[in-house]
Amino acid sequence: MGGLIKSSVAKKFAMALSGLFLVLFLGQHFTINFSSVISPDTFNEWSHFMGTNILVQAVLQPVLIFGVVFHFVMGIVLEIHNRKARAINYVSYKGNRNSSWMSRNMIYSGLVVLAFLGLHFYDFWVPELVHKYIEGHPEDAGRYYGELVEKFQDPIRVILYVVSFIFLMLHLLHGFSSSFQSVGWNNKYAKGLRGFTVAYAIIIPLGFIFIALYHYINNL
Amino acid sequence: MKLTLKIWRQENANDKGKMVTYPIDGIEGDMSFLEMLDVLNEELINKGEDPVEFDHDCREGICGACSLQINGEPHGPDRLVTTCQLHMRSFNDGDTIVIEPFRAKAFPVVKDLIVDRGAFDRIQQAGGYVSVNTSGNTIDANSIPVNKHDADESFNAATCIGCGACVAACKNASAMLFTSAKVSQYALLPQGKIEATERVQNMVRQMDLEGFGNCSNTGACEIECPKGISLENIARMNREYMSATSKG
Ligand code: HEM
Ligand code: SF4
Ligand code: FES
Repeated sequence: MGGLIKSSVAKKFAMALSGLFLVLFLGQHFTINFSSVISPDTFNEWSHFMGTNILVQAVLQPVLIFGVVFHFVMGIVLEIHNRKARAINYVSYKGNRNSSWMSRNMIYSGLVVLAFLGLHFYDFWVPELVHKYIEGHPEDAGRYYGELVEKFQDPIRVILYVVSFIFLMLHLLHGFSSSFQSVGWNNKYAKGLRGFTVAYAIIIPLGFIFIALYHYINNL
Repeated sequence: MKLTLKIWRQENANDKGKMVTYPIDGIEGDMSFLEMLDVLNEELINKGEDPVEFDHDCREGICGACSLQINGEPHGPDRLVTTCQLHMRSFNDGDTIVIEPFRAKAFPVVKDLIVDRGAFDRIQQAGGYVSVNTSGNTIDANSIPVNKHDADESFNAATCIGCGACVAACKNASAMLFTSAKVSQYALLPQGKIEATERVQNMVRQMDLEGFGNCSNTGACEIECPKGISLENIARMNREYMSATSKG
């Protein structure tokens, strides 16, 4: 495995797998969040399950953290390598004549998402850890909905969420379908799924934006 | 046509180099881009100046010698043509044309617009061949049946002329399109299957050693390639590589 990840093709393969894994996770995260719009009880129930289930906490959560860290570290490593591959830049370079803005700026959309993840951890993950392990409160299965709604009362935070999800959309508009190509999946089925990847890249981030705005507006 | 040319001039590999502006007149639409540069060079020589060095050979789009980044695109604004097939009618009177060498760390500038594309030769040497017994009992290639689809795909991959426009266009200066075309032309044929595992591994290793960038799937290479080499070749190379690696 160590030898495997040294080559350009293997790095790209790993980048795509970690990206696809994050896409799956995003879908699952969205489903739970969206339940908060439909039924606070369901949202509490699912959140309670995710927060207390031993399999989720001890297995899926570390895998997820590894996946995120691996993805952005590898993304940054590749970016540095790629910049070095052109020591002298062109005076005139017309990237927009042959490729999409999204595909050329994955590092920037990715870095915005990374900054957002920092905020997100500060908002939800850190308080969650403090609540559970430092202050050692007994589990209250009904607390999650209230905590969620409270976060979205700050308009600055809502704006930051909206902007971040627009960048996630840009990231996924290229990244999702690109990952098929990276793993070598380029047959007619992969091409048929291209429309789905575009829809997913637009609908899921818009859905997250809707949830943030919904809780903000609902409590004005 | 009257034009303003901004051309990269660099004495040798160690020189820093700079853009130099040359006004030029009397250019006709029927001239090729290289003929336009010939006109400029005649003028420079008559004035006792150093002519602009650029690569060329066949001047009919088959050898892969000509290069040039023209107004920010390899082989200029037209699609599916090399610089030698690009006509001046693609430009307008009064245009400013920026002409630079193909830029990549793996393609060092030799002089002016000439870059050393030896890296491609070394990738090819690392595995872009089939070993054939030539001791007298060579089997005719046509005696081995190949299905039409694979034969066509292989042929299409083999039309790559090794010009390097894919590297020049790529924001990462990646050589994946070239390497994948050279891997694919054999991977698709029964003759190429025998050495398939080592071929893809050795060619990718050499590609990485040369200092090319990685692939971000922007697709710029496919658009700028004068031979229309498809991105499907890169997907095929990725598959070949991962299955070769899992075999060890
Ligand atoms: C943590 C911050 C992130 C950074 C810094 C980042 C960075 C990058 C970069 C630089 C690439 C391009 C790699 C290349 O083309 O060579 C990339 C690809 C990708 N990213 Fe991210 N990303 C981040 C977060 C995410 C998230 C949250 C998701 C999904 C929910 C995601 C999904 C993808 C996908 C699917 C690809 C395509 C992989 C491929 O083409 O092989 N990324 N990322
Ligand atoms: S793949 Fe196309 S652009 Fe790249 S070297 Fe071959 S012919 Fe030139
Ligand atoms: S000079 Fe041979 S391809 Fe242009």
